Amino acid sequence: MSALIRIRDLGREYRMGDERILALRGVTLDIHRNEYLAIMGPSGSGKSTMMNLLGCLDTPTAGEYWLNGEEVSRLTDDALARVRNREIGFVFQTFNLLPRATSLHNVELPLVYAGVRGRERRERAAAALDQVGLGHRMDHRPSELSGGQRQRVAIARALVNQPSILLADEPTGNLDSVTSDEIMRVFTQLHAGGQTVIMVTHEPDIAARTERVVVLRDGQVESDRVNRGAAA
Amino acid sequence: MPLLEAIRLAFRTIRGQKLKSFFSLVGVLIGVTFLIAVVSIVQGMNRYMVERFANTLIGANTFELRQRPSINMGNITHETWLEWLRHPRVSYADADFVRDRIRTPATFAKFCADRVSVHYDGKVAKDVELVGTEETYFRIRNYELAAGRAFTAQEVRASQPVLVVGHELAEKLLPGVDPVGKVVQVGGLPYRIIGVVARQGTLFGLSLDKFAIMPFSAQGRRLICPINILDALIVRTDDPTQMQLALAEAEAAMRSRRQLKPSEENDFAFQTAEGALGSWKKISRILFLALPGLVAISLVVGGIVIMNIMLMAVSERTREIGIRKALGARRRDILAQFVVEAATLSAAGAVMGIGFGILLAYAVKALTPLPAAVAPWSVAVGVILGVSVGLAAGVYPASRASRLDPIVALRAE
Repeated sequence: MSALIRIRDLGREYRMGDERILALRGVTLDIHRNEYLAIMGPSGSGKSTMMNLLGCLDTPTAGEYWLNGEEVSRLTDDALARVRNREIGFVFQTFNLLPRATSLHNVELPLVYAGVRGRERRERAAAALDQVGLGHRMDHRPSELSGGQRQRVAIARALVNQPSILLADEPTGNLDSVTSDEIMRVFTQLHAGGQTVIMVTHEPDIAARTERVVVLRDGQVESDRVNRGAAA
Repeated sequence: MPLLEAIRLAFRTIRGQKLKSFFSLVGVLIGVTFLIAVVSIVQGMNRYMVERFANTLIGANTFELRQRPSINMGNITHETWLEWLRHPRVSYADADFVRDRIRTPATFAKFCADRVSVHYDGKVAKDVELVGTEETYFRIRNYELAAGRAFTAQEVRASQPVLVVGHELAEKLLPGVDPVGKVVQVGGLPYRIIGVVARQGTLFGLSLDKFAIMPFSAQGRRLICPINILDALIVRTDDPTQMQLALAEAEAAMRSRRQLKPSEENDFAFQTAEGALGSWKKISRILFLALPGLVAISLVVGGIVIMNIMLMAVSERTREIGIRKALGARRRDILAQFVVEAATLSAAGAVMGIGFGILLAYAVKALTPLPAAVAPWSVAVGVILGVSVGLAAGVYPASRASRLDPIVALRAE
């Protein structure tokens, strides 16, 4: 089976004035469909850069990134936008919901940019909210929801376009431990349902719940191991 | 993003911040208000001037031979005025001479008028326009009689002391009485009222019904004109072509009678409806020339305000832009969103401006004698201008928004 994500010698270099910073130096990684994987590492390890590249928010300066059979490392901005829309569902630490929009409208957003219209869009968004247990909060704005509920809205939004990967960046970073646990159970459930989940985190107990942990250090893969103790 | 979607989104955003949105579209609002109001008032004035003013005071296809023009608008220089005063006045003999030499079919009336007081039964009506003229005057003016009759050629020849009065004069001086047959005092002389002219309405808020008409030959003539002297000979023809012919004949007759050399200017004047409108046309042309400038200034200001508001919106909503981009918005989606938002804002201003402009025009119409007529084309121009100002003002902020790096935008506070 060919990998969902195929990364070869991926490098990302930033220029700050005269200084060149190598945030990633030659990362090679395969991620298969329906994997549940955590990317860990201390700050400065290249974790965020990795997340941006995996999420097609950024392009590498070296190497190749194949996503779902398409080489996305050399695409234009608009082509990347299309890939993000179809293939990737983002879940952020700070939720990143539109404050003035209702839950339903927030979840509809990816469908707007996918060109899904009217009734179908509303129905799909409502179904996604149902899936995360928030079918009764569709007309609430983010400010009227708890942190856990907001993150569920964000997960519904990430899922609504049926993406190849769910990419979560410190998804429990802003939540208390009880709520974190709830949210992690949602991810575990989604994974059990066949969803590929990639989580970027620096919290070992979050990573411990995934099935594979990739640790980055100084822009390189330090370790890549199967997590045998994962709660299945 | 489809246009309709973008417009709906724009309305949602605008509704989300009503006050700020309102202030940002005030410039466009004022510009369009101004456009609609000025065009409405000028157009209304135009129609009024042509339909009421000129045709009421002079009449269609009609001209007056006078010492000097009777209706002046705009600035007459002191020199011109003195020149006019040096003209000899029009005499009975001038009038008869011209009448004999006009071959074009026409109706003529000698005319003299001034303001006098009319007394009846201890009451007095001041500032009554006393007209001394011939029986043809009623036909020239298209006067219809509400009561009684007009005077006849015989009565003119016989210098009979009879009066045909205006509606208002009859009501004020003889309220609740049938005026026909009553005798009133004009300059101490008794005059018998034989007819009342149907209501003529007002002009610029002044009544057109406060007059009395008598044969020019009657004794009261001395109150309004010196012996043998006329204010005007009124000539009415059937159509504009005939009027031009008659005008030329009248001019030739007067020049030969006054023995003017080809190099000399006329020492008499013709007043036409067209001529009365001349100055007004100049004024309205200036207004219409100045209008685009005035409207343009407020629209440019309005556009700059909207551009600023949109630039602020872009920096305030950087995170929103980042989120949208992360979720798959392409550059052109973001571009469309902000351009449409600016255009919707501006169009909303334009629509309000149209509303205010029409209100203003009707307020002017209701509160002053000035008329107003809303010109449909000005409404269309208002909408088009509003939308284009918004589009122009939105492009720069929107293109900045569309070029934001999603990673940077997502990190924004």
